[in-house]
Amino acid sequence: MSATAVDDTITAPALRVVPGTLRGAGRMVERSILVYRRTWLIIVSGFFEPLFYLLSIRIGFGALVGDVQTPNGPVDYAVFVAPALMASSAMNGAVYDSTMNIFFKLKHARLYETVLSTPLGPSAVAIGEITWALMRGVLYSVAFLGCMAALGMVISWWALLALPACVLIGLAFASAGMAVTTYMRGWNDFEFIPAATLPMFVLSATFYPVSSYGGLSWVVQLSPLYHGVALVRAACLGEGSWGLLGHVTVLAVMTVIGLRVASRRIGTLLLT
Amino acid sequence: MPVIAARSVHKSFGEFEAVRGVDFEVARGEFFGFLGPNGAGKSSLMRMIGCVSPVTSGELRIFDLDPNVDGAAIRSRMGVVPQTDNLDQELTLLENLVMYGRYFDIPRRECRDRARELLEFVQLADRADSRVEPLSGGMKRRLTIARSLMNRPELLLLDEPTTGLDPQARHVLWERLYRLKEQGVTLALTTHYMDEAEQLCDRLVVMDRGRIVAEGTPRGLIVEHSTREVLELRLLSTTPDDIAERLAPIGERVEVLPDRVLVYAHDGEAALASVHQLGIEPLASLVRRSSLEDVFLRLTGRSLVE
Repeated sequence: MSATAVDDTITAPALRVVPGTLRGAGRMVERSILVYRRTWLIIVSGFFEPLFYLLSIRIGFGALVGDVQTPNGPVDYAVFVAPALMASSAMNGAVYDSTMNIFFKLKHARLYETVLSTPLGPSAVAIGEITWALMRGVLYSVAFLGCMAALGMVISWWALLALPACVLIGLAFASAGMAVTTYMRGWNDFEFIPAATLPMFVLSATFYPVSSYGGLSWVVQLSPLYHGVALVRAACLGEGSWGLLGHVTVLAVMTVIGLRVASRRIGTLLLT
Repeated sequence: MPVIAARSVHKSFGEFEAVRGVDFEVARGEFFGFLGPNGAGKSSLMRMIGCVSPVTSGELRIFDLDPNVDGAAIRSRMGVVPQTDNLDQELTLLENLVMYGRYFDIPRRECRDRARELLEFVQLADRADSRVEPLSGGMKRRLTIARSLMNRPELLLLDEPTTGLDPQARHVLWERLYRLKEQGVTLALTTHYMDEAEQLCDRLVVMDRGRIVAEGTPRGLIVEHSTREVLELRLLSTTPDDIAERLAPIGERVEVLPDRVLVYAHDGEAALASVHQLGIEPLASLVRRSSLEDVFLRLTGRSLVE
């Protein structure tokens, strides 16, 4: 694509968040609500995942492992792991929504093609779809936190801050996921997604404190999920510190880049 | 002020030039056609007019606005019927229309009223709450047209609206389009069906390989580029090589096609009599009025639907 000033205006005023864009994004959310009103069972099914997850560590291997040492003293292993599972679940939800669902609408249902022939632009599409993914994400995070509380895994009211932390995780991964999806050539390419998320799930201080990785702890730092886990865990254990701002920044940067690439690419793919 | 004005508009995809400099104007209330075979550049042109494809070079103005600057403003006053249906499969017919109206920021209640009215207009009111998927091709097309009217457009773009429809469905569609024209909507349509262009268009351009090769009213183009009548001859399985030479004195022009020979003449019956006098006995013969097909053949040396 040629990079004249003219082309830029028609393709993707990436992230130029004007009131019209936000209103347009609202319309995309409206559509999702309309669709899911009929298929609410799919959403409900998502609530069972955290329950099974948490039960498995509570009555499963959580009983076999002793306490974990944290800066504020030892905590029960289940209490240590649950926030990481919550963060991972926020990641998985956002990735699923922003890859499979978006790809289907982009390539098969050709929804965005329709929408772009109305006054809505690519930024409205990208922001609207990510907002919907986040709204679902919040619902699941609330359910997750509820299950944790019910199973006695929440030890502090600060745990409520895990919700905004999960929103940020969702935002970062949904933006990045959507950006990646615009490069997908076919369904085969989706094999790469678990190839990225699974190692992250294991290597993000999920099951062990970052100190136990020893000399390899810098690898952990590279995983975006690690920064999410750190935030959610700090909230759940009530351990505030200025260092958390660093984690917030990493996820915020990921969001901005992801959104920018996603709306650019939607423009490039559909407005040729 | 014309609704659409194009001046040496080009569109390239990399090396490939889809539209190679076209000039035309469409007046308010006009039914304007783009006629040409597949690959003539009609759809590329329509996408540029629809503000979903940037103009590579040249000047295009719609409602006297620049698509590259005021795309959203233009799109809000325009309806689009794309070549292939892209209805929302996850919604019902009614929801398809309502949601589409919402993209234009029309209040929900108003959307619902318009949607009901338009489903009536395209004779789908009884299917309002059904899903899109089980609809026939003709019904989907009609729904797409209803959708394109949700924002009460001043200009309606139709990209091959009747391709793949059976004759009856086409006639229903044509009739609806006439009604829109009566209401003062400007219509721009692409087609590779001559009869469609002749029936519907006030004025049209004939496109070939990215260029406009002729422009005028359907009647005017026929008068200008063809004779009043055409004699079609089907000869023996192998057409003799010298047939064009032998027939040449009979008509103004002779075209030898793979399956038949066309003799362009003012009086077809008289031409047929002359053919018989020459001792040529065709398997079948037909005298008909000239059509845009003949114009296209004359202008490009190729038939329109291959």
